Amino acid sequence: MPTIGVKKSVIDRHFSKVYNQEEFETLCFEFGLELDEVTSEKAAVEKERGSAAAANLSSEEIYKIEIPANRYDLLCIEGLSRAMNVFTGGKQPRYAVERKPELERIVVRKEVEGVRPFVVGAILRDISFNEDSYASFIDLQDKLHQNICRKRTLASMGTHDYDTIKGPFFYNAEKPKDIQFAPLNQTRQYLADELLTAYETKPEYAHLKPYVPIIKDKELYPVIRDSNGVLCSLPPIINSDHSKISLNTKNVFIEVTATDLQKATIVLDTIVIMFSQYCKNEFTVEPVEIFYEADGRTEEYPKLAYRKEKVEVESINNKIGFLLEAAEMAQLLTRMGLVAEVLDEKHLEVEVPPNRHDILHECDIAEDVGIAYGFNKLELKLPESNTVAQPFPLNAVSELLRAEVAMTGWTEALNFALCSRDDVSTKLLDSNGLDNAVKIANPKTLEFQIARTTLLPGLLKTLASNRDMPLPLKIFECQDIIKKDDQSDTGAKNERRLAAVYYNKAAGFEIIHGFLDRVMRLLDVKPKKDGTGYYIEAEDAPSFFPGRCAAIYGPKGVKLGHLGVLHPKVILAFGLTLPTSAVELNIEPFI
Amino acid sequence: MDALEKLNQHLEDYPYVGGFTLSDADFQTWKGLSAVEVVPYDHVTRWYRNIATYQEEFCTAKTQTTTMQLIDKDSVEELSSLILQSLSKTNEELNSILLAAELNIDHQKVTGAIRSLLAHEGLISTKDVSEKRIQLSEEGLDMANHGSHEYKLFMTVGVNGVSQKEVQALPFAKVGIPKAMAAKWIGTVKEGNDVKLVQKIAPESVLDKVGELLKQIKLGSKFDDKEMADLKKRKLVSEVVIKGFLVGKGSKFSTEISKPELDLTAEMIQNKTWTDKTFKKYNFDALGVEPPSGHLHPLMKVRSEIRQIFFQMGFSEMPTNRYVESSFWNFDALFQPQQHPARDAHDTFFIEGLLRSQKYKYNWKEEEAQKNVLRTHTTAVSAKQLFLLAGEGKNAYRPAKMFSIDRVFRNETLDATHLAEFHQVEGVIVERNLSLAHLIGIFTEFFKKLGIENLKFKPTYNPYTEPSMEIFAYHEGLRRWVEIGNSGMFRPEMLLPMGFPPNVNVAGYGLSLERPTMIRYGINNIRDLFGPKVDLEMIQKAPICRLDKTS
Repeated sequence: MPTIGVKKSVIDRHFSKVYNQEEFETLCFEFGLELDEVTSEKAAVEKERGSAAAANLSSEEIYKIEIPANRYDLLCIEGLSRAMNVFTGGKQPRYAVERKPELERIVVRKEVEGVRPFVVGAILRDISFNEDSYASFIDLQDKLHQNICRKRTLASMGTHDYDTIKGPFFYNAEKPKDIQFAPLNQTRQYLADELLTAYETKPEYAHLKPYVPIIKDKELYPVIRDSNGVLCSLPPIINSDHSKISLNTKNVFIEVTATDLQKATIVLDTIVIMFSQYCKNEFTVEPVEIFYEADGRTEEYPKLAYRKEKVEVESINNKIGFLLEAAEMAQLLTRMGLVAEVLDEKHLEVEVPPNRHDILHECDIAEDVGIAYGFNKLELKLPESNTVAQPFPLNAVSELLRAEVAMTGWTEALNFALCSRDDVSTKLLDSNGLDNAVKIANPKTLEFQIARTTLLPGLLKTLASNRDMPLPLKIFECQDIIKKDDQSDTGAKNERRLAAVYYNKAAGFEIIHGFLDRVMRLLDVKPKKDGTGYYIEAEDAPSFFPGRCAAIYGPKGVKLGHLGVLHPKVILAFGLTLPTSAVELNIEPFI
Repeated sequence: MDALEKLNQHLEDYPYVGGFTLSDADFQTWKGLSAVEVVPYDHVTRWYRNIATYQEEFCTAKTQTTTMQLIDKDSVEELSSLILQSLSKTNEELNSILLAAELNIDHQKVTGAIRSLLAHEGLISTKDVSEKRIQLSEEGLDMANHGSHEYKLFMTVGVNGVSQKEVQALPFAKVGIPKAMAAKWIGTVKEGNDVKLVQKIAPESVLDKVGELLKQIKLGSKFDDKEMADLKKRKLVSEVVIKGFLVGKGSKFSTEISKPELDLTAEMIQNKTWTDKTFKKYNFDALGVEPPSGHLHPLMKVRSEIRQIFFQMGFSEMPTNRYVESSFWNFDALFQPQQHPARDAHDTFFIEGLLRSQKYKYNWKEEEAQKNVLRTHTTAVSAKQLFLLAGEGKNAYRPAKMFSIDRVFRNETLDATHLAEFHQVEGVIVERNLSLAHLIGIFTEFFKKLGIENLKFKPTYNPYTEPSMEIFAYHEGLRRWVEIGNSGMFRPEMLLPMGFPPNVNVAGYGLSLERPTMIRYGINNIRDLFGPKVDLEMIQKAPICRLDKTS
């Protein structure tokens, strides 16, 4: 979930009341936010780089607040305070599009279709920033880029000082060598490919590096130019220095380019709804016309659409578990910034404002009624239907077996289901060890490259970390391994195994054999070769000492696994020094 | 020839009667002579004085010889036996301090022997006793052995007198001269420039009171304070308190210590010999012998316990033996659009190469949905179970409560509280008109069974539930509210396509298994709990898991 950091003094200016920390925390909690941490620039830097680095920084309190991932309208103090003020009884503003007779226009060239096909735009007129609101404006863009824009892949925005450029604007895709401009906060002119290479390699641009791959390998790069051909931005990477906004900017031109038009719409709505607060004509925005050259269609943005949703009172009552009248519900919804009209006893018509893109369904409105009512005030109930519990048979058998095995004097280990490639191949002397292994496409560490195909490596590693314990060491594990399986819809399946290792000064095959006999007795399988019982038969397996290994066969001649004395090379490969015998078998046939 | 004359001649050449080593002959001879009769014989006189200094050692040497014959001083057994023998001969109590003095051994050895006898119940009785003892200082001991400084000085001066200068160099002169002068044993005579010290009385009339007194004290004689005032003043003696025992016969006194038996044996029972045996006392403060045993892993113990809690509440166990899941069930079926940030937030392990078509024919053909992953939550299994419950879209429905406790995988950075895999505990309830209030009711009961009672709920956002709530519990130790689980009502967009009737609601809640286990067993680093770095001793020492008794 995203977190925003706001100075306490700024919070106090925006909120209708000055809260102390505890009150603020409680208010956040009720609304579904979390005051994560109270810190300061100084404290934050101190924590990371020591007190020397933080000496000159401000120790003013900053509240870090965790915001639900679907509430883009709460990602800045403007939106957060607006929602909370309404929650505590304030009035919700109404957002409006104020059309001029002549609309500003962005022409979408058809070349851009295969690159980053959508653009939307808007203009905020007569805006007055101060240091805090300007910082908030920049910060919101960053938050939106990280979250809904999925690190600028789905959408990205550029904000420009409208007075430095002249429409109509052209959204085009051009060859990298034809794009030359001075990027934001730089005076030098760069060619686009040169710029991307710099961003990719130089540490000072590390913050821009993640976005380079979005367009790097494309033949054409998306650009927005004004009517004089002045480059405004190279989406989704950077704006030009020419049109950069400042504290003194009066009119802001916003463009959002995207591969996902819906996301672009939400992003644009969110930005203008939040910052039209600082316009001379509060909460109004000037639309921009988008002209698609390819098919001649025009569209107007931002939409700022108010949508009506008809909901059933009973269904909301059922969902939350209270019994409210339609009017009460409507009243509660006002606190959530939703205007609801009582149609009749059973129905409400809820107007969803353009900042609430998170409301998709009646259940979202039900939740808002619940939040306004207070989850903690609900009267507890218990489900009325009787249900008879059933264990999952495989787990039921495993539970019984584990307990009985522990009773025989073996200690249970618990290892990861993921391991390295070497663990099941070279270290186990099994050149085919990886054949049946499910491999991870994006491993982050060597420890977790594949799903384990055997329980042995984990047990041997557990022995290795416990070599200082008194001998003998007797450990077991009853868990799942994963292997490829053509019959499964995912191509892989789990298999429940029981494995045990015995580590002592002498190999002790008879001990591990006794373990197997005991397990079979517990499973009520007799030592018989007639197809009803189990038996072992000499068979060499890669990880075992030649001549000291046998295969285990169960009823109907099903091969269950192996037991034997491990090969000295395997013992050494896992950092062990003493003879080790092991048994591993599939227990699924006994369910 | 006169015997003394002969001795004198012999001693002219040898220091001792027997030659060059001190022997009993010296003492025997010495005893037969008086200080006066040896005066005419220079060598005998010298020898006589010399042996006199050994006199005390001679006495103790004699006693030692006798006790040495009796017991080995270092043997507790023999000392104990001696104590028992002594007790048997009298009805009086035996003082450990006096016994030590009598045997001339360290008092602690005697008390050690007494303590060993006390281990035999009723053998002896003891009372504490303490005694003030006069102890000789180093200087005092020297005087007890060799005479006082003034006496030594007097003897040094001799009948012919010596030069004061010469004498002053001797260690005892500084104290000896003024004391001997004061006692009027010696005087000074001027001889030219030199001052000569001379005896003023005959040696036989000199009585070394100080030396004698110290000698007596050393032998254990007692004197009153007045007599010792001078000695104390001269720091030749000091007082110490010694704590000892008055030992008497016990109710089961015997001179024979039967060696106590270590254990009751079958033989003793058969032969009835146990009746007259004594048994070694047990040390009940020591720990017993660890039984040879196997052990279950603590995380699995907590898992079993939580599993039982679900059964108590009527939840059936879901088949979660399926770590590899399609993105479809892991994300798409859970209303996590393929471009939703929440989907990105799961750092997912994707599976290499295995790309198979969906068994369930949903209208969702995107490649993204077919990508196989290591499931990031057990809700992937719950979703599929819900789908089966709904009758694979055939509008069948029955109320249900289901649970699972199994592994999930996240491709995350590891630290003390995060692993790439961990266990998720999940409960799902399916019922007509099930509400948030029911959900709160059921997990409140659930957490009560885990020993967690003080709960509150925070609205939150989950892609597949709405409303959603985080569950917080007040942690007494941390003195703050901590998040312990997540919950919510499954979205209708997820349920309706599965075929549930519109008024059937599904609620779920989840928590991790590791967190309550770490709290229960006081483990701070998750790697000490899960994985090969686990300490087997931790597993062996983990108590049984009673969740309702710990929080």
